[in-house]
Amino acid sequence: MNNNIIEIKNLHFRYGADSENPSEEVLKGIDLDVKQGEFVAILGHNGSGKSTLAKHLNAILLPTSGKVFVDGIDTSDDNRLFELRQCAGMVFQNPDNQIVSSIVEEDVAFALENLGVSYDKMRKRVDDALKAVNMYEYRLHSPSQLSGGQKQRVAIAGIIAMRPKCIILDESTAMLDPQGRKEVFSAVRRMNSEYGITIVFITHYMDEAAQCERVVVMNNGKIILDNTPERVFSQVELLKKIGLDVPQVTELSWKLRKAGVDIPSEIISEKECVKEILKLFKKSY
Amino acid sequence: MLKDITIGQFFPGDSIIHHLDPRFKIVMTLIFIVMIFTGESPICLGIGAVYTVTAVMLSGIKIKMFVKSIKPIMPFLLITAFLNILFINGGTVYFHWKFLKITSEGINVSIFMIIRIIMLIVGSSLLTYTTSPVTLTDAVESLLSPLKKLKFPVHELAMMMSIALRFIPTLIEETDKIISAQKARGAEIDTGSLINRVKNLVSILIPLFISAFRRADELATAMECRCYSGGKGRTRLRQLKSSSKDYIALAFTVFFLMCVIVVNMIYS
Repeated sequence: MNNNIIEIKNLHFRYGADSENPSEEVLKGIDLDVKQGEFVAILGHNGSGKSTLAKHLNAILLPTSGKVFVDGIDTSDDNRLFELRQCAGMVFQNPDNQIVSSIVEEDVAFALENLGVSYDKMRKRVDDALKAVNMYEYRLHSPSQLSGGQKQRVAIAGIIAMRPKCIILDESTAMLDPQGRKEVFSAVRRMNSEYGITIVFITHYMDEAAQCERVVVMNNGKIILDNTPERVFSQVELLKKIGLDVPQVTELSWKLRKAGVDIPSEIISEKECVKEILKLFKKSY
Repeated sequence: MLKDITIGQFFPGDSIIHHLDPRFKIVMTLIFIVMIFTGESPICLGIGAVYTVTAVMLSGIKIKMFVKSIKPIMPFLLITAFLNILFINGGTVYFHWKFLKITSEGINVSIFMIIRIIMLIVGSSLLTYTTSPVTLTDAVESLLSPLKKLKFPVHELAMMMSIALRFIPTLIEETDKIISAQKARGAEIDTGSLINRVKNLVSILIPLFISAFRRADELATAMECRCYSGGKGRTRLRQLKSSSKDYIALAFTVFFLMCVIVVNMIYS
């Protein structure tokens, strides 16, 4: 059985394709498959097309040419739009601009209200979703009383209340402080490990990408790297050329290697880095 | 400074009035308004006053809060009362100077009007003091729902109200930020002549509007992503439930209205 939740086939996109002066191509032939349960990071600097790609995954934008399938649903199929959006939920960048209601639990229920879920079912799903992101005790608060990280977790709860198979986070940590970023990232990771929800995590923070299973790097509307974080970040020169950073420890080991130190190139976590450096010390004494 | 603004002036509490169904509260407020404006004799006003005082006592909200709500309109009230005294003629003349006359009728009408308006404000403040804006919106949607048959966009109206309520704190925060940013660039917002200040207000309003439009755009996308498609087939998490308490309170209110009508008939 085909267990790809997302299948993108030769996707091209330009804004205003039907108008007289369409923009330049933003996406220039993307091919990407994501398996059910995967945790994928999409990296790229501003204007690389990563957010445009994300918007194709739940039919906010439709391909100019090519096809996007999510859970077997063609995103250009108008009749299955709600089914698609239930299956692939999207969390945006600004937490303030995606919360609809003045009470937390009601905002989480918003999608369910729209879908006409019965009261008893809704109550349970809302409570479950809030507990899953550790926001249950805040259910009667007003969103304006919450911190950025908390608001973003409420937004995630609003999505998982729909019981989606896939969550797309479009730079959802970009506006948060380090503490909020940590909260949101660990909530997302739990969604992936405990509930098996596929995560597409769009970010420009390298340290977050380094913690995902798979990293896709985009530049200029194309995918240029698609591999495990270790493999991707070992391409330090290529990443630097397209204006991306690498995690600090990767950069450190890269510089050490350039200086002639024998250290592996695929280091992405601090722990590993410390281990390898200690090994080197032991060797030299 | 802007953070102190409270909209709707809701005071959370645990009184009987707080727990009444908001739909009933709106209806009762309307009946109350009819009651105080149909009453023609002092006895009718007395009945209205008894009703108002009972409701205020039951709500457990401090009298101070009501005084606060009356204060801003007091000057207008006094000016109109003053003009009424001077220009309404009838009954015994107490004072006469050129075309100005102070008569018993004039004084009566003025006192009547002041008491009526004060009761009106206290009664309607009671509604917003004891009901959160969110439930109030729900109640309005529910009460107006028969208008859906006439193709009146009831759900859309309620949705607009609730989004407006949701974004008030966000936009206030934003305004504060813009004011600071413009001050840092040398804008004079609290100082200078009136005309200058109004001109400088533009430097706050334009960024505020632009950002509000951008927010609206993003919010619309986010709502669509959560399958929003208008009021059709929607269910609600928060359900309005009426209990026997609500019916008793309503009966009580109707009884007072009847009293006023009966008293009117006897005296006319």
